[in-house]
Amino acid sequence: MLGPDGAARTGIGADVDVNLGSGDVGILNYAYALEQLEATFYERVVANPYSGMSAMERSILMDIRDHEVAHREFFKAALGSAAIPALAIDFPGVNFNSRDSILQTARTFEDLGVAAYNGAGQLLADMRNLNTAGKIVSVEARHAAIIRELLSPNSRAFAGDDVVDPATGLDKAMKPGEVAPTAQTFIKQGLIASNLPTM
Amino acid sequence: MNLQNILHEIEQVDGEVYDRLKHVTRRHMFSSITKKALSVAAPAVMATALNKAYAQSGSSVTDVLNFALTLEYLEAEFYNRGLAAGGLIPAQYRDLFDQIRKHEDAHVALLRGALGSAAVAKPNFDFTAKGTFPTVFTNFQTFSAVAQAFEDTGVRAYKGQAANLMSNDAVLTIALQIHSVEARHAARVRMLNNAKGWIVGMEGFPGAVYAGEQAAREREVNVAGLTGQTEMKVSEAFDEPLTKEQVLAIATPFIA
Repeated sequence: MLGPDGAARTGIGADVDVNLGSGDVGILNYAYALEQLEATFYERVVANPYSGMSAMERSILMDIRDHEVAHREFFKAALGSAAIPALAIDFPGVNFNSRDSILQTARTFEDLGVAAYNGAGQLLADMRNLNTAGKIVSVEARHAAIIRELLSPNSRAFAGDDVVDPATGLDKAMKPGEVAPTAQTFIKQGLIASNLPTM
Repeated sequence: MNLQNILHEIEQVDGEVYDRLKHVTRRHMFSSITKKALSVAAPAVMATALNKAYAQSGSSVTDVLNFALTLEYLEAEFYNRGLAAGGLIPAQYRDLFDQIRKHEDAHVALLRGALGSAAVAKPNFDFTAKGTFPTVFTNFQTFSAVAQAFEDTGVRAYKGQAANLMSNDAVLTIALQIHSVEARHAARVRMLNNAKGWIVGMEGFPGAVYAGEQAAREREVNVAGLTGQTEMKVSEAFDEPLTKEQVLAIATPFIA
């Protein structure tokens, strides 16, 4: 079986596709997958600090790690027996010793998370799930702004025109089908998102 | 039966009648919501107002959008005035506030466009909040503190209305797309105030802006117990909503 990049998959569990499921459970599993990705990333960043990481940066990255771990463990518990398994994650092309590489990857994950939650809200049927997603997405947006500020201090980047449409003042909203290919790059198992609601 | 008695009777069965009528004031049917003012309002106007207040009861899409528009008017005028105040915003921070202003202006235009003739008019604002912040446009720390309060309130206000927009996917998504922009603004402004980008427990000023933010359980899940994190830390990971009534209580002092 081939991985998302066409290469043969290796590693434990790597040859097992993961079906996110359907309905609200599917969307929550989709969020759980994204939170697994983010949490794993920041766990590695904090465990292997890039050279020159300032005390402020370390504090920020540890906070974000804790938030993403909290999100991940929340979804795992909330989904219970319907939860997808722990995913096999790696970060091809990311240099954990490079500040630029880490912060740019973090920016990608945070902006992607914001867009994913924004796009998934309308796919949820249960008001409680929408409320929970709302509580998480603004924290992801706070992360995105702070990471962007670290990359480009005292600029407009925290809510830059590349991510917030200057004409409407709207952040991005992406459907699972648009988010999955980027997320899949970092996940060894194949994610099956075809049963997720689309409207 | 005169109007005062009618209102009194309604109040006996509905203690929130004056809160409900506050909603009407945002439609500029009254300039004040004191009982005295209500008692002298023309009965025909009152009847219409009550019908509207109850029929909409804060949950229709139009009502949510007008609530959002009122907050966006507040923010947009705040940043426009701040940027116009000479010597207030240090040079290195003008870009970031200009970026925020641009978004708030765009939100106003977007919501007004969506609402058309149903859009509420812009209220007159008093950014000193009746004298609580007399230096709001002359002292940058005050300005920045009020900006943080507005942004964090905005995040919580949109969050609190999401469920009321579930019947309209397009509007819900746009509201979410505004909501996350307010959160970006909030995080950046918080840094100016030497605060973390995320809300820690109930820390912050004014206190009403942060009421309930200390929640560490999400639904029935004890996240602190699962992760070994402190409840304070877990509270950072979940932003909490505010009800419309809570938001109006925060915003009302800023309306002249």
